[in-house]
Amino acid sequence: MDKFTTLTGVAAPLEIVNVDTDMIIPKQYLKTIKRTGLGTGLFSEMRYKEDGSENPDFVLNQPAYRKAQIIVAGDNFGCGSSREHAPWALLDFGIRCVISTSFADIFYNNCFNNGILPVAVSQEDLYKLFDDAKRGANATLTIDLEAQEIRGPDGGVVRFDIDPQRKAKLLSGLDDIGVTTKEKGPAIDTYERQAAERRPWL
Amino acid sequence: MPPRTLYDKIWDDHVVDTQPDGTSLLYIDRHLVHEVTSPQAFEGLRVAGRKVRAPAKTLAVVDHNVPTSDRSKGIDDPEAATQIATLAQNAKDFGVLYFNERDVRQGIVHIIGPEQGFTLPGTTIVCGDSHTSTHGAFGALAHGIGTSEVEHVLATQTLVQKKARNMRVTVDGALPPGVTAKDIILAIIGEIGTAGGTGHVIEYAGEAIRALSVEGRMTVCNMSIEGGARAGMVAPDDKVYAYLDGRPMAPKGEALAAARRFWDTLHTDDGAHFDAEIRLDAAALPPIVTWGTSPEDVISVTGQVPDPEQIADEAKRLSKHRALEYMGLTAGTRITDIALDRVFIGSCTNGRIEDLREVARLVEGKKVNPNVNAMVVPGSGLVKVQAEAEGLDKILVAAGFDWREPGCSMCLAMNADRLSPQERCASTSNRNFEGRQGFKGRTHLVSPAMAAAAAIEGHFVDIRTWG
Repeated sequence: MDKFTTLTGVAAPLEIVNVDTDMIIPKQYLKTIKRTGLGTGLFSEMRYKEDGSENPDFVLNQPAYRKAQIIVAGDNFGCGSSREHAPWALLDFGIRCVISTSFADIFYNNCFNNGILPVAVSQEDLYKLFDDAKRGANATLTIDLEAQEIRGPDGGVVRFDIDPQRKAKLLSGLDDIGVTTKEKGPAIDTYERQAAERRPWL
Repeated sequence: MPPRTLYDKIWDDHVVDTQPDGTSLLYIDRHLVHEVTSPQAFEGLRVAGRKVRAPAKTLAVVDHNVPTSDRSKGIDDPEAATQIATLAQNAKDFGVLYFNERDVRQGIVHIIGPEQGFTLPGTTIVCGDSHTSTHGAFGALAHGIGTSEVEHVLATQTLVQKKARNMRVTVDGALPPGVTAKDIILAIIGEIGTAGGTGHVIEYAGEAIRALSVEGRMTVCNMSIEGGARAGMVAPDDKVYAYLDGRPMAPKGEALAAARRFWDTLHTDDGAHFDAEIRLDAAALPPIVTWGTSPEDVISVTGQVPDPEQIADEAKRLSKHRALEYMGLTAGTRITDIALDRVFIGSCTNGRIEDLREVARLVEGKKVNPNVNAMVVPGSGLVKVQAEAEGLDKILVAAGFDWREPGCSMCLAMNADRLSPQERCASTSNRNFEGRQGFKGRTHLVSPAMAAAAAIEGHFVDIRTWG
């Protein structure tokens, strides 16, 4: 997993609430057995027309946003299924940060396992960031995870909260399994022995 | 010890380790695995040279990708075939019990867990699928996880978690005839919104929940995620014990007696704290139909498509306008005037034997409307066998329903079962998102009874006065 420290990039405004995981990556792309290559399917039902050509109205198809690394979106981003293909698709396209007022729980977790930073801001700050994002490639945002702030093109700063554990994980880029096995292996062994006595039917 | 909720008790019982900031390592008793969200996890294990820590606590099945037509001669879609073959190989390599597409025990992962007695009260259950919340009907803590977490559970049998908040949804009173578990959960989602349960585990309580069968409770818990809650649960009772009696993987004999003593402690203590409380009156609930592209877009069957102009918040108003445009509906249209092209009966929400019995009872001796293509997809091979033993298939086929092989099917349309653009479907599944049942397809979520009646009439009807 790539570390996340500071990111400066173009932010694409996606002014839709309840962006669900079927929207982010429709099911026809879930048949892969790999984590990579899903970027072409990102938002595909909005991004492509029925004949497969690009829909020029969709934000990520507009010249200013084709290389966006940040998405600014409406409330409850990532609701729906648990498919980790959603963050994989974002990542494969080049998105490293999503900003919204709120995120669905499973999607939120999945982001941290893939080096993507989901940032929750107030409704008021979201409107400000939408304004910044609408200025396209002329107005990049800087996301500074260490300082927990978003710096806008006009010197505006939006502070955000993040769980310290999750922050540390993104900053280090460390994989959970290695940490659990190394640090908690004996505790898991002990738990299993005790649980087997307590609940022998399992 | 202070009074605890059911969730508190199961949580406490599974904590391996807690750090000062509350980040905990939670032990997982039961891990269900399917073909779509597991290949990358097994690949990760292989690359790192890791094993599955507790193969006996892991159960694998194919469901999302399998065709619901005859599959005895193999699977045509090469990508689906690859994914299915990959799961078979992974199960073999890592020593995990696996039900393949020709096994009578195969079916939707959330239907086969309970059916096999793999799902038990007081356990922690995870699966790389958001509808894992279904298993909460047994008084288990069950929720969906992402593929990185699937890999973590395979390797360590634990999950890194922070404790969620407690929410209780109490449904008082008795349901009117024709109103079902599906209507209860759709009403709850309408009430709290699709993000209302975010960060919470929901406990469903009250007279109407207690009166539901275990299968009805599974329907309710199943759609907890549509209300934003990763997990929903109901305290176990004699109905749950009766359901589990004799299931292949459920405890028996002395082990069962010990288990029962423990299961009897699985209820919320008097005075336990809930961070949020919601109350609904079952007697006031109508049959519900969704009109939009979010499960919160609910309306009574006697109602009309609402007018987004009434919504003050701009982003929400625009989203609901977008939903109406996508659905091809105009505000003010009566729900019973909405004509249908397709009817889908099945899914982990409503693909169990009681659902099929209800549909068969309602359509016996009737004919599916000539404008409608209606399909029934049993939730598992064992549901199918049971339905056929009861003659339900004959009733359904005589009425003009297509009787299929088990799987997720048109709930998410990963296989060939899908809507064409602009086709309109009454569906007993759980999501009406854009494109969910097929590109540009239009989904209305309803109960099995409402779907059955709609299939016959070609449009929605009020099941309370129909027939």
